[in-house]
Amino acid sequence: MIETVQQFILALLANELVVAVILSVLPLVFVIIYTLVVLYTEMKVAAHIQDRVAYMMTGWHGILQPIADMIKLLLKEDIIPEKADRILFRVAPYVTFAGSYAAFAVLPFTSIYIGANIHLGAFFLIASGSIVVVGILMAGWSSNNKWSLLGGLRSAAQMVSYEIPTALALVIVAMITGSLNLQEITKFQDGGIHNWLIFGGPFPLKTKLLLLPFTLITFIILFVASIAEVNRTPFDLPEAESELVQGFFTEYSGLRFAMFYLSEYANLFVVSALSVSLFLGGWSSPFGSVLSGPVWGIFWFVSKAYVLVLLQIWVRWTLPRLRVDQLMYVSWKVLTPWLFVCLLAVGAILVSVE
Amino acid sequence: MSAISTYFKSIFHSLFTVLVGMKITGLHLFKRSVTIQYPNVKKPIPERARNRLYVNIDDCIGCLQCAAACPVDCITIETIKATPDVDLGMTSKNTKKRLYIAQFDIDCAKCCYCGLCTYPCPTECIVMTEVYEYSEYERKNLVYSFATMTPEDSIAARRRLQQYEAEQAAKKVHIQPKPTPPSGTDAAPATT
Repeated sequence: MIETVQQFILALLANELVVAVILSVLPLVFVIIYTLVVLYTEMKVAAHIQDRVAYMMTGWHGILQPIADMIKLLLKEDIIPEKADRILFRVAPYVTFAGSYAAFAVLPFTSIYIGANIHLGAFFLIASGSIVVVGILMAGWSSNNKWSLLGGLRSAAQMVSYEIPTALALVIVAMITGSLNLQEITKFQDGGIHNWLIFGGPFPLKTKLLLLPFTLITFIILFVASIAEVNRTPFDLPEAESELVQGFFTEYSGLRFAMFYLSEYANLFVVSALSVSLFLGGWSSPFGSVLSGPVWGIFWFVSKAYVLVLLQIWVRWTLPRLRVDQLMYVSWKVLTPWLFVCLLAVGAILVSVE
Repeated sequence: MSAISTYFKSIFHSLFTVLVGMKITGLHLFKRSVTIQYPNVKKPIPERARNRLYVNIDDCIGCLQCAAACPVDCITIETIKATPDVDLGMTSKNTKKRLYIAQFDIDCAKCCYCGLCTYPCPTECIVMTEVYEYSEYERKNLVYSFATMTPEDSIAARRRLQQYEAEQAAKKVHIQPKPTPPSGTDAAPATT
């Protein structure tokens, strides 16, 4: 009985190693195409918010510009500073990208496709996000540049403190759904927009209304924390173009810089996909059984994540950067306590309902 | 108590202001952009704008007033007197041309677009045009020569002038005999 993409490829090729290779390369293709699309979107949105029109010369409305940009980056000279720690400097971008890419293993793109159907999927996602911090810290330290070091340190402090709200939001979802597997969480919310966890989940109306405010707050907090996780404005202190000149990747150029770029956009998708599968029903159609199915599943999953990415881009070009102390204030004094309140309330509601 | 109320107030205030900001940027997102696609679409140049100089050399009488007016000395003119037997024609303003223009160079790398050269010109042959895109890779390409005379022409004209002047001088000598130089020390400086 063939139920998943894995089984299909296995039946086709009858070799587990080949299946593993194919399944690990498949998201990479997606990441590269997706990065090009998001690069284009970001530049266009940024330009139109400022009443400009971004690139217009390459193709229709400059649609080929991201490809041209990538080719330019790959052709650039690869410079390693003389006094940099050469090994760490070379390894850092790949560690960063590996960290963001590992998360794709547990993202349920559709009902029949998930890279690794492990029980601690969401937890694995958070853990692989921490590898990104290691890579960024390596890059900042090995560059032997004070701005890079500052960027790396800020990044470590920020990502570590914002992992706590993310993990707590995860705990709340795990309490409601009883699983940490993103595929299971998505299946729990299947069956229409009213079943999504952001609107209280698939419960009787009374329980739903009780849960609704808390899940909504949790979603907003998760969204804020996810912006901070990917180092974007207003939480872009590690990069801080105007003060740290790109922070931890000041000294990078060429292919290594492109790796950081790719990692950043891959991460952007991962955090959006996490929010989508936790709160917005993942691959499930918003209209119940209409327009649902494995292929529509990919469409819904990617487009929901894309909407969240658009929202992040919109926020990025609206808000100014926070100060370091404000950043910590937001994480420790606002997001975390509110999540604890939500945690207690959701727990109490679930216990009283049973 | 007040600390707690400011805590809640600040949270709601920040959320509210974020939404206000996003509303503004969201409205701008769908506004018409102000960009002009420059090389394809150009902004109309205002009337009497001062850009690259142009000289209508057919009208130039070689009065050198533009070169004198130029504050940065970017205009170089060399003229050769025409002999009376040559008719150089008239300008469009009915001024008789009496000088060959052997060289009329404008170094637009030096030009400061003040337009002072255009005012004194009696025949209005030096004007500011609407051309403003004329970047060059070599600075010497920015020196524009407006003279139409070839070097051979100017050498010939110069030789004719010399010949004519020599003839005139000879005539003068013929009409007025050379005065005998006074004897003494006076003649010595004149000959050296």
